[in-house]
Amino acid sequence: MSAWILDRLWLIPAVPFAASLIVLSLPNAWRRRAAALAATGQVAALALSVVAFLPTVQTHGFRAAQNFTWFTFGDNALQLGFVLDPLAAAMLLMISLVGLCIFVFSIGYMADDKNFVRFFAYLSFFSGAMLGVVIANSLLLLFIFWELVGLASYLLIGFWIERPSAAAAAKKAFITTRIGDMGFFLGMLWLYNRSGTLLFYDGGKGCLESAGLAMLGASATFIALLIFFGAVGKSGQFPLHVWLPDAMEGPTPVSALIHAATMVAAGVFLVARVYPLFSLGAINGVTSSLTVVVWIGVTTALMAALIAIAQADIKRILAYSTVSQLGLMMVSLGVGGVAAGIMHLIAHGFFKALLFLGSGSVIHGCHGEQDIRKMGGLRRFMPVTFVTYAIGMMALSGVPLFFSGGWTKEEILHAVGHWPPSHAPYYLMFAGVVLTALYMTRQIIYVFFGDPRASVDHSHESPRVMTRPLIALALGAILLSVVLTPAWPWLHEYLTGEPVHFEIGRLIQPALFVSLVLVSAGIGVGLWMYRKAGVQAGDRPAQIDPLEYAQPALFRFLANKMWIDELYYRTVIAFSWMAARLSDWLDRYFWDGLVRGFGAIGQVFAMFTTGVDERGINAGVDETTVGARGLGRLMSAAHSGQIQIYLGVVAIGMLALLLLYAWLV
Amino acid sequence: MTPTLQAFVLVSGALFSIGLLAALSRRHAIFILIGIELMLAAANLNFIAFWHFAPQPHQPTGVMFAIFSIAISAAEAAIGLAMVIAVYRHYHTTNVDQLDQLKG
Repeated sequence: MSAWILDRLWLIPAVPFAASLIVLSLPNAWRRRAAALAATGQVAALALSVVAFLPTVQTHGFRAAQNFTWFTFGDNALQLGFVLDPLAAAMLLMISLVGLCIFVFSIGYMADDKNFVRFFAYLSFFSGAMLGVVIANSLLLLFIFWELVGLASYLLIGFWIERPSAAAAAKKAFITTRIGDMGFFLGMLWLYNRSGTLLFYDGGKGCLESAGLAMLGASATFIALLIFFGAVGKSGQFPLHVWLPDAMEGPTPVSALIHAATMVAAGVFLVARVYPLFSLGAINGVTSSLTVVVWIGVTTALMAALIAIAQADIKRILAYSTVSQLGLMMVSLGVGGVAAGIMHLIAHGFFKALLFLGSGSVIHGCHGEQDIRKMGGLRRFMPVTFVTYAIGMMALSGVPLFFSGGWTKEEILHAVGHWPPSHAPYYLMFAGVVLTALYMTRQIIYVFFGDPRASVDHSHESPRVMTRPLIALALGAILLSVVLTPAWPWLHEYLTGEPVHFEIGRLIQPALFVSLVLVSAGIGVGLWMYRKAGVQAGDRPAQIDPLEYAQPALFRFLANKMWIDELYYRTVIAFSWMAARLSDWLDRYFWDGLVRGFGAIGQVFAMFTTGVDERGINAGVDETTVGARGLGRLMSAAHSGQIQIYLGVVAIGMLALLLLYAWLV
Repeated sequence: MTPTLQAFVLVSGALFSIGLLAALSRRHAIFILIGIELMLAAANLNFIAFWHFAPQPHQPTGVMFAIFSIAISAAEAAIGLAMVIAVYRHYHTTNVDQLDQLKG
């Protein structure tokens, strides 16, 4: 069984791709069949992922690569391949499982959409591409799938093409991530130039193995940073995070699948995959490229958490929360806690998908309303959504013991605390944890507690096809804490390949209390600050946020996303506008003038040849024709058709001949 | 008086001239055909006359020519008459002045 799957790893992405192609060719009216087919493809991918998962559990540090030659040029052969190792297998399971939940949820959420079939085709396409990213054994193949994932993201953000904002958000996402991908591409070229291979693992010759790494030398830092730039774009890290909140224009299941659980985590996965490039030549686990990763992660995590506090759109809060959590994962990778980062990635995939689907359920129940200030009191109308959302919120905030996010955050804090260069990230991460708990508390209070406000009339619980995936993901968020617990760090062991033992004592450690204090502080401050949120209190109207009331300038700064979009608009976009204007002007007047000049020369020459043609050649031919016609007319006049005249002429001619003869003789 | 070659030639010349005049002046197609037959007859007379007064009259060359010529003129007359009939059926006239379809 395991050998069978190792030779056929390509099947895992191929199955959803095939489903996508078939679904795309179905007529628009075959909604049930399309959804069933897409979901079947996802189930098949999940089954294959489970099969692929098994051999990696049985052997410590299992790794199997299967390479093939794509094409040969000269002496070089460009090789692609697939790899199966614990990292890939864990990602496969997470993606296909979360993906399946979201597919099922979408059946309910998109039920009224007229492009239902197209939606499922895109979702399947995305799923295939994402599964391809995690099992690629070549940076080039990874890049190909990476770009396909970006394409799927573009198509799905702009799924409601009739909305101009969706089209703009899709473009923004595509272009912003493309800027990062430029760095990725350059890094890839550089890597190929130095090591001569893009295969990760190739029996000791791959670029992540000792022989390949030895050829890199000092350039490894720059290659790693260029590749990291691609990850920055994809994972919404500062300064390329601006596209991710706007990506919430897409349907909510898309936000859950692509812009929370899987695709945006691809950047974190990429860093983890090429980690040997980052850690090459590390002294005490620190390299300059990893330090950059840490600080970018810290900046992103704190900035996004701050912005999330002042957002009013339920999905935007979650989007900034995603950005913040991805920053946290980057920090973890940067300080050397690869396993902790990936564990948080997997846990985050579950609970963030849960939160997004929960928000989708809320939006569905409130008839499309996304402003949390207009909700309130929904816990009475939507009990299942409320309970599952609360579980997701606690997992995200990092409530210890029973929720997956708590353990992984603790692991990350533990890793950050041991980072030799500086303790600043450690304390800044404390602030991040508090802020996360704070904005999630704010959101929960606004949405589910208090009095029902504007949009809550006729609210209802979502259908079962939507609540079942919520329950499944909530169970996942809780059950994952079993494999994540430090008492039995099975997943840690699985990812790193280092044997660890069951120790109940590790449950009780200082970090646990630290995070308990931090989370309770965050939730407590949230409860106190927003105790009267959405309610008329004193001279403060219900629509105004308590923070806005107390600190209007700060709130405006955060609500406007720290004016980073505006900054980009004034600088980068203004610059490209200028460049576009300049090249437009050059095109219009300079290049166009040149072209017109050449055209004018041709025109003059053409006029000359026209003259020769018309006055000379044509006139000559015309004259000849006129002459020939005149002659013809003259000759034809002789032919009267009168037979007797002809005969007479003959007779006269004969007579003339006779006379000539007589005269001559 | 014995007939001389001169007399024969004069007669045939007269006959030819009459035939030519008929062919040129008559407007009826059948009369034109008759004129042509007269001219052929003049030619045949010439053949016989020249043969008769030739140095070796015992060889029947002139007679043979005349016989062939008569056969050909018979065929020609048949074709000519048939054409006249066909023309008449088509145009309802045999007046050659009106048959000028071949003019340029």
